[in-house]
Amino acid sequence: MFRQWFAELGQAAEAGAPAAYVFVMGSLAEILRAFDIHMVFPEITSLQMAVRGVAHDYLKEAEDYGYSPDICGYVKADVALQLRGGEHPMGRVPRPSLAVLTNACNTYIKWAEIWERMYHIPVFTLDVPGTRTAGGQTWPGNPDFETDRRYVEHQLRELIVLCETITSRKLDIDRLREVMHHTNEMSRCWREVIRLNNNVPAPFNALTDGTVYLGVINALRGTPEGAAYFRDLLEEVRYKVDHGLGPVAEERFRLVYLGIPCYPIFRRFNDLFTGSGGNFVNSTYLWFAAGGANCGFEYDLSRPLESLAEGLLVAVRDAMDSMFFPVESLVAMADPYHVDGLVFHASKSCRTTATGMADARRAFMAARDLPTLFIESDMMDRRVVSEAQLKNRVDAFFENLVTRRRQDLTER
Amino acid sequence: MGIYSAGVDVGSTQTKAVVLGADRRMVGRALIDTGANVVVAAENAFRAALADAGLAEGDVGWVVGTGYGRYRVTFGDSQVTEISCHARGAAHMFPTTRSVLDMGGQDTKAILVNERGEVLDFCMNDKCAAGTGRFLGAAAAALDIPLGELGPTALRAERPVKISTTCTVFAESEVLAWLGRGKKIEDILMGVHHSIATRSVALLRRVGVVNEITFTGGVTRNRAMVAVLEKMLATSLNVSEDSHFMGALGASLVAMDHLEGRHAATATAGGR
Repeated sequence: MFRQWFAELGQAAEAGAPAAYVFVMGSLAEILRAFDIHMVFPEITSLQMAVRGVAHDYLKEAEDYGYSPDICGYVKADVALQLRGGEHPMGRVPRPSLAVLTNACNTYIKWAEIWERMYHIPVFTLDVPGTRTAGGQTWPGNPDFETDRRYVEHQLRELIVLCETITSRKLDIDRLREVMHHTNEMSRCWREVIRLNNNVPAPFNALTDGTVYLGVINALRGTPEGAAYFRDLLEEVRYKVDHGLGPVAEERFRLVYLGIPCYPIFRRFNDLFTGSGGNFVNSTYLWFAAGGANCGFEYDLSRPLESLAEGLLVAVRDAMDSMFFPVESLVAMADPYHVDGLVFHASKSCRTTATGMADARRAFMAARDLPTLFIESDMMDRRVVSEAQLKNRVDAFFENLVTRRRQDLTER
Repeated sequence: MGIYSAGVDVGSTQTKAVVLGADRRMVGRALIDTGANVVVAAENAFRAALADAGLAEGDVGWVVGTGYGRYRVTFGDSQVTEISCHARGAAHMFPTTRSVLDMGGQDTKAILVNERGEVLDFCMNDKCAAGTGRFLGAAAAALDIPLGELGPTALRAERPVKISTTCTVFAESEVLAWLGRGKKIEDILMGVHHSIATRSVALLRRVGVVNEITFTGGVTRNRAMVAVLEKMLATSLNVSEDSHFMGALGASLVAMDHLEGRHAATATAGGR
């Protein structure tokens, strides 16, 4: 499916078809798809470069061009990709006709400004008001929520006008409903897939398998293919639960992952944990990088624009809160998922996700007597990934887990 | 099977080995430079410790490898991280230890331990070697002073300079810059000690400073560093002449647990 998706982007690049550069935290896929505007996710293209072991070439090119080594690795890889005319290891992305972003990540705003300067394209920034209750969601029916919804809906109408100008087409509201219907099905299934991982053993690895699922939930959001994929995935996960199947031979320790994966050594990084019987049963990445789809919010198709605004508020806020106020949700997850420990992974070049991790860890440890591990590397830059140091820390973490398990057994 | 146990701590700079008797007292120890061949360093350190104890290889029933080169201790029966080993060794030598600060050649770690010497939490420097023994080595090289003279020289400082860089690579140029400005060597060196100690104390604070604090690793032999850390932490540190061997001691204690049939934290760390 991903090969096909990249191939379609390549064809769009050849044909000069309209394309929007979007992000995983609030892609506004429903509106863009309703106009048949292709979507390029630079975050996904960049991480693919790291997984395929070529990110350093792109990072170096951007640094040679003048970008600082301290800037977000995703941004730099994308800058080099743009300098190469959209060429990347999986094909070629089309030039943007517009950029669409939310304020979920502050780097998004500066990133889009780069394209604005490069291509002189319109940039649409959806300002999603933050939640009024720290760490808690407000939902439809709440007076503050209704005020915020109107504000978001007004902005969506501006985006629609912009898309109509770019495509010279009027919005087909029934087409929008159809896209939203497919998103509903994906969100419903995604929420259930994540929930089913509270089974022992967990049917999938939230770090490795979960990242693959995330790719689909973003790239194929609002499509019949995406909905079918998640229906099949839910069926598969249910089957695994019924038959006690999991990704590791013996799930000795159930872990939660916080942060972005270490893509330069994606599989080997995971092996550091699975080699000692650890399995990631949940991850904040499955929340914020799904654009909040984990909430399972379903659009009311009888009032599509209103409901789209509601969904964006719920989902993007959740994506932001799961990074900035994760403690309450982590505590609420630790028990039902039968968690043995938490792994906090701070990515050096991602300040959005890494800032606040130390506080979150401290607060979680005050709330729950569970071991936690704090490690640092990067989602793109292998120069700051030290496998020997990572292994040392991970091994010590498992030694601690083993000691605790032994004590628990003794005390029983 | 032999009744003695052994721990071999293969560090980035030096390799340490300890042989332990059934009464859990050190009967032999050795310290050598690691050099380029880690496997040979581990073997040589182990043999030297055996010779120090007057024992033969067959007298040792279990060997635990620790340190960065733990998986290169080819004759080891199991491997345990130096984080667990330093905690275990410190709690054995100073039973009321609750915090451990280990300052080695390549990394510095702060460890919170319980009354059994088990790790509650730990924190280490990142990939950068700032705040480690390597930083001192860079300053020693820049000033052309033997490592053993760093501490005594620094203790003569009257007006320590403030070293602003935390980068080991830049440290040398900053040291030279201070020399160029006519500062005394002892004042510059004390500035270097302050810089390292500040980062180490920050690591300790991240896991929580709980008394008593035991200082371990190669830098424990530096009296100036001990003095600076004690001043910053406003408490005395547990330091022993054998603090350099704490990782190897902890490894030998884990090995003794195996000999005594007790389960140690080696199970997940690739125990054979």
